Parts: sequence; structure tokens; C-alpha cells
Amino acid sequence: MVEKSKATTLVSASNLTCIREERILFDELSFDINAGEIVQIEGPNGAGKTSLLRIIAGLSRPYAGQVNFKGEDINRCRDEYNDQLLYLGHLAGVKSELTAEENLNFNLRISGYDEFDAREILAKVNLSGFEEALAGHLSAGQHRRTALARLWHTNCKVWLLDEPFTAIDKKGVEELEHLFLAHANRGGCVILTTHQDMSVIGDDVLRKIRLDYRFV
Amino acid sequence: MNKGISYTKAFSTLLKRDLQIAVRHRGDIFNPLLFFVLVVTLFPLGIGPEPQVLTRVAPGIIWVAALLASMLSLERLFKADYADGSLEQMLLSPQPLPLMVLAKVLAHWLLTGVPLILVAPLLAVLLHLEGNSYGALIATLALGTPVLSLLGAIGVALTVGLRKGGVLLSLLILPLYIPVLIFATSAIDAAGMNLPYDGQLAIIGAMLIGSLTLAPFAIGASLRVSTN
Amino acid sequence: MWKWLHSYADPERAYKLSGTLLPWFAMLAISMIGIGTVWGLVFAPTDYQQGDSYRIIFIHVPAASMSMAAYMAMATSSFIGLVWQIKSADWAAAAIAPIGAVVTFIALVTGATWGKPMWGTWWVWDARLTSELVLLFLYLGVISLYASFEDKVLAARAAGILAIVGVINIPIIKYSVDWWSSLHQPSTIKITEESSMPTEMLYPLLINIMGFGVMIGAITLVRFRSEILARNGMRPWVRELAKAEGVK
Repeated sequence: MVEKSKATTLVSASNLTCIREERILFDELSFDINAGEIVQIEGPNGAGKTSLLRIIAGLSRPYAGQVNFKGEDINRCRDEYNDQLLYLGHLAGVKSELTAEENLNFNLRISGYDEFDAREILAKVNLSGFEEALAGHLSAGQHRRTALARLWHTNCKVWLLDEPFTAIDKKGVEELEHLFLAHANRGGCVILTTHQDMSVIGDDVLRKIRLDYRFV
Repeated sequence: MNKGISYTKAFSTLLKRDLQIAVRHRGDIFNPLLFFVLVVTLFPLGIGPEPQVLTRVAPGIIWVAALLASMLSLERLFKADYADGSLEQMLLSPQPLPLMVLAKVLAHWLLTGVPLILVAPLLAVLLHLEGNSYGALIATLALGTPVLSLLGAIGVALTVGLRKGGVLLSLLILPLYIPVLIFATSAIDAAGMNLPYDGQLAIIGAMLIGSLTLAPFAIGASLRVSTN
Repeated sequence: MWKWLHSYADPERAYKLSGTLLPWFAMLAISMIGIGTVWGLVFAPTDYQQGDSYRIIFIHVPAASMSMAAYMAMATSSFIGLVWQIKSADWAAAAIAPIGAVVTFIALVTGATWGKPMWGTWWVWDARLTSELVLLFLYLGVISLYASFEDKVLAARAAGILAIVGVINIPIIKYSVDWWSSLHQPSTIKITEESSMPTEMLYPLLINIMGFGVMIGAITLVRFRSEILARNGMRPWVRELAKAEGVK
């Protein structure tokens, strides 16, 4: 991990409050996430993990509080933030009418990348031979990998991943973990939710933010 | 790994993708068109086959059917993107949202509006439309249907996250369609009487320019609410 | 300059302020509408052309003029709520919408009732009646959109966008309907021009117009207060209030 003195804060949350259906999910939540950190948001179902990720991404508005990117409110620097943000939610944004390759091509082009070899990237997520298959015909794991392939070709600093390991096999999870470590070492940060245990990223590297289910 | 933001490239990438998906899903193009033809066919059956009566009401029937067909087809504009998460990705991409929204609406209009314009003269024959009115019919549809798509997209963006969006959508957007309907049918009527109708066309054109500039922002803001 | 206003964005203070204002609005509304209506219905002179049936204007005209004003008020509150993210403004907009719809409905019904003796038919596609009908549709759209969202914070933002889109469209719709009706208006039906009105008719009418405005304000305050309570049910101050009122 990067030493504290050298660390630059990428994302910080101050006094976030989230209320859903008249229920307080979290209240006055504040934290800083620095370059080089891998952060896991943990908590039981319904504790607001996805809500928190969506608020950090700027998709949802918190009831109160704000999220800053490099010290500036994300609502004021949305273009700059989106340029550095890679968010993968439960729904991965993969079109089932398009092939795996077309999906990746689109996702990278719309993010502004021009020169890339989609087949080479798909090979890294073990989708060689499936480039021409319609995403709708792929298995759940392959579908997920089609979305995750973007992680292998990006220069975004902030990765927000909601349950990235869902439907991914053990070997795939390990590869992803290595990718996260490499990304953190390059000065990026990863914020993720997962219920799976990670084998490569040890507890010494992983930072946890815990959300508890609140009654009332 | 260079990253460059080019507006035209983003626009054309999104436009191309939407057209590609639609081509693989042809039903989406033909169903609204079929609906348009069917609704127009129902009117002579309902009000009688006398050519004079049909000539009188033809512009109104064709335009009301076009409004309904446009609304019906619009409902699917953001549905699939919302369901598979592409919409979230669109909101978080570094490209300006109104631009991408415009690309989606344009793709939708090319797929549903243009066929409607092409088939309208045939229906006009069935309804004994005044011979002089064909030019006005095509011109009003060409200028008016993009306005319908743009205004309708606001309503669709507001209701995309709701389960029972369909009926609500008609309540939200049909009142907004009224001016287009009024000026379009009046232009066709005027043409039928050999009167000039460029004034009405100019007004529809102004509505088109106004909605082209303002609607994408309203649609973008609505999408941000719907994906919240 | 606007700093003092911000403190009223706090729900608790907004609730208390509206509670203080409410009795004044209510009293003013009752007395103005009382005076205006009695004056208009009993003491104002009979119209030489329309007889006594013209007296419906003492309800119709105030309702019609306030229907548009209420829409403007709703859209303005929505705009404030959207741009500056002041939740009290969202709640105010939600409070006004159904009142505006009811006033519009009253204007339509009284207009139609007036049409029966004047034009011999309940409904005429007159420009003013038609745009009033469209206005009612716009209100109903905003109300049902607000009702469709379970999360009321989102509901207010969605309905707010629609209200603002509606405001941009109202002049266009109004203009197009006026233009359309001048083309299509059959010549057999003459709409009596509102000629210069004698002051004995004008004063009660003006009093009633203002009375309707204040009444809408009063009902809005009542609905605004309940909206605040409903949206802040989990806040301690609401719970204490409920306890003080003896609610379990």
C-alpha cells in the first residue's frame, strides 16, 4: 500500500445519509479513499451496499451529504469524474442482441478509446472462440466476463464494482484479484462489494467499510 | 491507451449500435407501422365509406394515428437499456448526456418515423385525401414526427423506471402533442383548398428547432431521476 | 440577501411558519369570498343581455384565472426544488397540484354550465374552454406521475421536470388552440364579448378573484403541512409532535 503521507485522496464521502422507503440505510457516513486502496463495502443484504456504491458513482443522490472527487463535489465536476470512473453494477450493460465483441467494442468506443484489439482483450477473460456469439446466448459467467473485459483496457482511476465475482469461477476470481492489486499499485483505487472470500487480496491490503442493517 | 473524446464519434457509435440492435429485432420496426395502418383502416369502418366524409376527416385521422403510433413505439425507447444496465453506463460515460440522448432519439425516429412517412401516402389514397394535399401531408409528417419523438422521449424517460408506465405515458405526452396536431392538420386542409400552408410549416419547423435544442436536456434530467 | 429564506427550508421551521400563517389565510379567504359572492349574487345588477345567468362569472372567472396562476406557482416551486434542491419547495409543489386541478375542474364545469343558457349546449369547442381542458390534463399528468413513484423524493423531481416542460408548452398550446378555434369556430355561435363591466359587477368579481387566490393559499398551507409530516415521519421532532397530540 502507498504510504499515508504520499497518498492522494481520490474519493471522499462526507456525512452521507441515505433514506429508502422511509428507512434510514446509513446516516452521517464519512470516509476517504486514497489512491492505491482496495476497499470492500460489507454488510448483510439490505444494508445499503449497492445504494452506497450508486451514490459514490453519482447515479443516486444522497438524502444529505456529498461525495467529492479530488476534493470537488462530483455534481460540479461530473465530466472529469466520469472520465476517471469505471462503474459496473448488478446489471452489466451488456446487450444480448450484440455479440461479445460488438459489446466490448461499443463499451470501449463510447468511453473514448480508439485503438484496441477487442479479441485480444476477450482472450484475457477466457472468451476466445466466443467473440461472434450473441451475448444473449452466453452463459451467466461468460455474460459477466463480457462486461468485466473493460477492466483490462482502461485508464480510469476509480473502479466501483458491485458484486464483480458473481457467476465467475474460482480461477477467474483470482485473475480479477490480481488485476485489482495491479490497478491499486498503479495508483488507482477499487471499491467493491462482494460476499465471496478473496484469496489473493489479503486482509492486510483490504480495507473494509461496514454497513449494518438498521431497524426503524 | 489513449483516450479521446470526440462528440461526433460518440454520436455515431451510439446511433450505429441502436440501428444494429433494431435490425436484429425487426418486430420493433414493423409493429408500430402495422398499428398505424390498422388504426387508419378502422376509421372508414367506423364512420362509413362515403368519399366526401373521408376526404374531410383524412388529415385528422392520419395525424391522430401517427400520434398514437409514435407514442406506442416510443415506449420501448429506453426500456431495454434500463433493464440491462446500459442506461447507467450511458449516464456515467464521459460523453455529454444530451448528445447521446439525441443519438438514441434519432435512431428511433429513423426506425419508426421514416417508415410512417413512407406509408402515409398509401393510407391517404385509401381515405380519398384531396389530391393537392399529398405534398403537405409528407412535409408535415417529415417536420412533425421528429417533434413527437423528442417530446415523447421526455415522457418515456420519466416513466422508464415505473412498472405501470404505459397508460401514464399517454397522459403525460398526448397534451404536449396538441400543437403539432393542430398545425399539421390545418396545413393539410389548407393545401387541399389550394391555399398557402408555408406559415403552418414554418411553425412546425420552429417547434422542431425548439424541441431539438431543449428536449435533450429535459430527457437527460429525466433519465437521471429514473435511474436513481 | 436571500440568506434569511434558507432557514425556512428547514422542514420544522417551514411547518411552524405555515402553521402561523394558516389562520390568517383562512380568515381572509372566508371573508373575501363571503363578501364577494353575496355581493355578486344578491346585490350586483342584472345583466341586460344575459339576465341573471351571468352571475356564474363570480365563480367561473376567479376559478379560471387562478387555475393558471396555481400552475405557475407549482412550476416555480418545482423549479426551486430541482435547482437548489430545497425539499420544502418540492413539497409545496406537491401540495398545490391537486388544488390547481380541482380549481381547473371547477372552471370547466362552471364554464359548461354557463354555456347551456348562453349557447344552448353544454360543451362548445371554444378556445378558452379547450385550453382549460388541456390544462386539466397537464395537472392530472403531474399528479399521477407524482403518485406513481414510491420514493417521494424522486417523485417530486420527476413531477417537477414535467411541470416545467408543461410551463414551456402552455403558451404554445394556448396559442395553437386560439388559432385553431378562430379557424373552426362555427358562425352560429357567438361568444359575447365581455364588454366594459359596470363597477358594481367588477368589484365583487375582483374581490372573489383575490379571495380564490387566498383560499388556494390556505388549502395549500394545510396540504403543505401534512406533506411535511408525511415526508419527515422518521424525524424526532415529528415523533415528539405526534406524542404531544396523543398519537401512539
